[in-house]
Order: sequence, then structure tokens, then C-alpha cells
Amino acid sequence: MSPAVRFVNVCRHFGPVRAVDGVTLDIAEGEFFAMLGPSGSGKTTCLRLIAGFEQPSAGHIEIFGETAEGVPPYKRNLNTVFQDYALFPHMTVGENVAYGLRIKGVPKAEREAKARKALAMVKLAGYEQRRPAQLSGGQRQRVALARALVNGPKVLLLDEPLGALDLKLREQMQEELKALQKQLGITFVFVTHDQGEALSMADRVAVFNEGKIIQVDSPAHIYEKPQSRFVADFVGSSNVLPPDFASSHGCAAKWTSLRPERIAVAAPGTAVSNAHSYADGEVKLISYQGAVTRYSVQAGDRRIAAEVPAGAEFKEGDKVRLVWPKSAMVAMEEGA
Amino acid sequence: MSQAVTAEREAGAIAAEARGGMVDGISDFFFAHPKLLTLILLLPPLLWIGVVYVGSLFALLLQSFYSLDDYSGLIVHEFTLSTYAQLLETANLQIILRTVLMSAFVTLACAVVAFPIAYYASRYARGWAKALFYLAVMMPLWSSYLVKIYAWKLILAKEGIVTWLAKGLHLSWLLDGILALPVVGGPSLSFSYIGTFLVFVYVWIPYMILPIQAALERVPANYIEASADLGAEPRQTFWTVIFPLALPGIIAGSIFTFSLTLGDYIVPTIVGNSRLMIGQAVYTLQGTAGNVPLAAAFTVVPMVIMAIYLWMAKRMGAFDVL
Repeated sequence: MSPAVRFVNVCRHFGPVRAVDGVTLDIAEGEFFAMLGPSGSGKTTCLRLIAGFEQPSAGHIEIFGETAEGVPPYKRNLNTVFQDYALFPHMTVGENVAYGLRIKGVPKAEREAKARKALAMVKLAGYEQRRPAQLSGGQRQRVALARALVNGPKVLLLDEPLGALDLKLREQMQEELKALQKQLGITFVFVTHDQGEALSMADRVAVFNEGKIIQVDSPAHIYEKPQSRFVADFVGSSNVLPPDFASSHGCAAKWTSLRPERIAVAAPGTAVSNAHSYADGEVKLISYQGAVTRYSVQAGDRRIAAEVPAGAEFKEGDKVRLVWPKSAMVAMEEGA
Repeated sequence: MSQAVTAEREAGAIAAEARGGMVDGISDFFFAHPKLLTLILLLPPLLWIGVVYVGSLFALLLQSFYSLDDYSGLIVHEFTLSTYAQLLETANLQIILRTVLMSAFVTLACAVVAFPIAYYASRYARGWAKALFYLAVMMPLWSSYLVKIYAWKLILAKEGIVTWLAKGLHLSWLLDGILALPVVGGPSLSFSYIGTFLVFVYVWIPYMILPIQAALERVPANYIEASADLGAEPRQTFWTVIFPLALPGIIAGSIFTFSLTLGDYIVPTIVGNSRLMIGQAVYTLQGTAGNVPLAAAFTVVPMVIMAIYLWMAKRMGAFDVL
């Protein structure tokens, strides 16, 4: 079976800028796929290449086994939820949702019924007659979702759809989107710069940087086994340790990632088992973050961050011993 | 001596403080009474609009309810609707109809010609191309209106460049054919409705381009992408998304072109046949004929027409997006 979306060595250049630079990628049917990266990393351009708003400068794109180059957006069986929703201000919510069906020539009564159903699905039953301007950000987001899903696309593209929402709403929408994707069983391709969002929702995550895919993996692997310094740094926060430090602490002489939450902060001179490694240092900074407390410890010429569950046992200036399991140190392929 | 200097300095400092104190006091007072500040700022323009503008308009309206004594040629200062009844005489009705039709065709042509230009300027032109666009649209507005119209008279005249060009291209038959058309034709383009129409379209088109461009400028590119994404071909996107969102701009532009044509008397005097338009009728009536009441009644006609036009535009939902 051919994948829902296939990229073969795809490039998209804007003048001298290589927005997308040799991306090869398969997105399976029914998958919740996240494209994660900092702004300007090429993830949104990749989404626009799938939607057909951009054409590749080089390479090949397939959608369900069919060549996508040269096929305009209106002939592709996929729909997009735009970053700022792009709801038509001169139409009511109901007309917005029914727009795709109206274009296809679905009779008025039928498309209105379908639009009602789609709005009910996103919990906006009864909002048909409102104007987009009368809705809150979260409601507009749902309308945009309903407007895309009512057409029964095989792939739904979402461009930072939760970016404009506040934290509580965002968490709620994350759960709802995930549930909706399971229920409908269609492929979701989701662009975000929020690593928490990507990890919590996606089946697989592609991490982008400078137009290239750095790593494609399950969220657990992305987080626990970053293959490069960029991924370790960008996804969550990490102590990136140089090869000499790694080898002197019982690991291979490679650049190594050590997550702060794997490090325990103990009193100086605490006994350490064979399976663990340690470093002695002085607490330079304590930042209280609610659920966790973050210590920044100067160990030799290196700063190491450690996160421990709430409650600060130590003060700034205290001598401490940082202890972590050797298995928590993840060697990475790429140094720089 | 040093004592005196110190005292002087002190006095200066106190004076400065007092000045600062007064200015501070005024600004504090206005800060506490923002409505008063707004009123003071608005008073001069309100007086201008209220007295000079609305006042004279009202005086004009008043004039239209007087009448002219046919024998003495004097204005009878008594309320009557007879002047308005005069508007319904065939000759006057023809003037009104002619003017309204001309205005409608000019507006339509301006909209059709202006839209692609405005669309290009708002969607595609960047940098120097955009600067060039503004220059091209605005520059004709900087030169004298009369000079431009006389230039057009020369272009359209029988011995003018159009005739010469038609001859060169062996298209004289076409030009003759157009001039032979009933009503709109004439002895030459500069003595025909076609000529008047062309010059009107030329002089008013910037007033159509700029509002449409402003309206299109406010249509984000992702509405067009969203429409394509939902399956609409470019033609469908145009009629369902772009056009409705540009409509307020088109209406705004048409208010300019329509009302400017309704009231103009210079263009049809210089380029056109001798049949009068409303502006010329007003000019003649209040001047040589001395019939100010009828002239006033004539000026009310464009106002009524514009009011009806705006009311219809509003009913059609042209302002819903504003």
C-alpha cells in the first residue's frame, strides 16, 4: 500500500533561501504525524507543498501514490486548517463550513445538514448563523476544523492550529484533536513549534532544522534517544555533554545528552552505586517551576541543569553531588 | 554679589517651576476631562461642517422651494413645489436621464477597467512596481483637470490622433461605423457621447482604483488559499471570496465616479454634443437664466439619486464586511 504522503528528496528554494532542502519522508495512512521545528525550519513549507500552495523546486511528491507536482490545491483530496483559521468574514459560520460542499455543487439542504453535523462534532451546534467575528479564538479554531473535515478529506493538514489559543484551551484541544483523529481514522499532518504538543499528540514526529529533517521517530524515541545535539536541545531541555566528559563518566567518547530530570541532587559525599555516575558542584541558581525545581549547578567548568520534584532542599551556594544512572546518558551520532 | 546671583537663580527656578506648573495643570485638567479635550479639538471642524457646509446646503435646499416669476424674472420667496414640478417636464427629465445613464456607464466602465489594475497592485506589485503604480495612478491628479480635458479634445477631434491612427491602421471604416451609431455617435469623437464617456472614464478612474486597491489589500492571501483548499477553482474563488470582499471598495469607488459625473459640467461642455447634463443645466440656470430655484432643485437630484444608490447598496449587503 502506498503511503498517504511521500516526499522524495524534495527541495523548495525561494531565491537563495533553501526553505526545504532535500526532504525524504513517508507518512503512513491513518497516522498522526507531527512536523516539529523552530520558525523558519521548513516545516510549514513542507505542509504547503503537500497542500499544493507551493510547488517543489526539485524532487518528487506523491499523495496516495499519485504524483502531486503540477496538481493545483483545488484538485487535491486534502484539507487544511490554517494557522489563523482563514474563515471567510463575509459568510456565516454555517456558510463557512458548507463552503467546500457548495463548491462541489451539493444541494443546499444536504450541505446545510452536513454542516450542522460537522459543527455538532466540534461542539458548536447552533452556531450556524453567527459571523466568525462574533466567535472566540477557540470557537474559530473549531469552525476551521469543521470546515475542513466536512469535505471528508483523506489527509488533514494542520498549520500550528493551536498557536493562538491560551494554555488551558490548548491542552483541551490537544485531547480533542487526538480523539477526533482516532475516531475518524484519517491521516493528520500537524505542524508545530511546540515540542510538548508534538510529543503528546503525534504517533511520529519529524524534527526539522534549516530545511532538513534531523530525525523522524516516535515521541518516546525523539525524547529519550535524540540522535543529534539539535534534537536533544530543541525537544525538551537537555545537558549536552562533550565526548571527554562522557568517557570520564563511564560512557563512549561521544557527544552525549543527559535530561535534567534524570539527575538527582544529593548532599556532597553521598555514596554512588556502580550503575550511576556523579559530578560534584555548587548550586548557582534555583528556579522554582511549580511541579519541579530546577537547579543550575557549576561542576568544574561546566553548568549542569537538574530538575527535581518540587521542594528545594538546597540553597544557592550549597555544595551538592549530582547523581544520575549511566543509562540516562544517551550518545548522539552528530557532534555539532 | 554671589548672594545676588544665587537669589536670581532661585527666582528663575521658581518662575520655571510655575510655568511648568501651569502647563502641567492644563494637561492634568484635560487628562481628567477627556471629553472636554475632544470637544475642543472637534469644535473648529464641527463649526466648518455645521455652518459653512450644512448651512449653505440648507440655504440651497430652501432656494429650491421658491419659484421664479416668469414675467418679472424675480424670485418669489414663498413656499412652493412648482419648481420641483418643473423638473418633471420632458426637457428636464431628459437632462436627468441622460446624466444618470452617463454616470452609470462611466461607473461601470471605471469598475471594469480599475479592478484588474487594483488587483495587480494589491496582490503582485512589490517594491518599485508598487511605487510606479502609485505614481501612474496619482500623477494625472496632479496636473490641471482643464489641460487634460483639452488634451483629450485634441486627441478625439476629427483631425486628431485617433482619426490619424485609424487611417494608418486601415480602420477608418470602424471609426466611421462607430460614429454613425445612433445616439452615441456624432460628427467626430469629440462631439459625441462616446467622447464624453471616454474623458469621464479617464478623469475619474483613479478614484475607482484606489478604494478597490485598499479593499483588496485587506484580503489576506490565505483566504484565497483556503478557498482553493476547499476545492474552489480560481474563477469560483473570485466570485465567492475576492469579489464580495472587494465590494465595499467598488461601492466606495462608484460613489466617487457616479457622483462626480452626476455633478460635472466642464467635461460635457468641452467634449461632447450640445445636449445638457445636470451640471451644465445648473450652471446655465443660475447664471444667464437667473433661475436659482430651478438650479437648486436640479442640484437636489444627484443627492436624491446618491441616497437611493447607497440605500440599495446597503440592502444588498455591500457594507456587511466593514
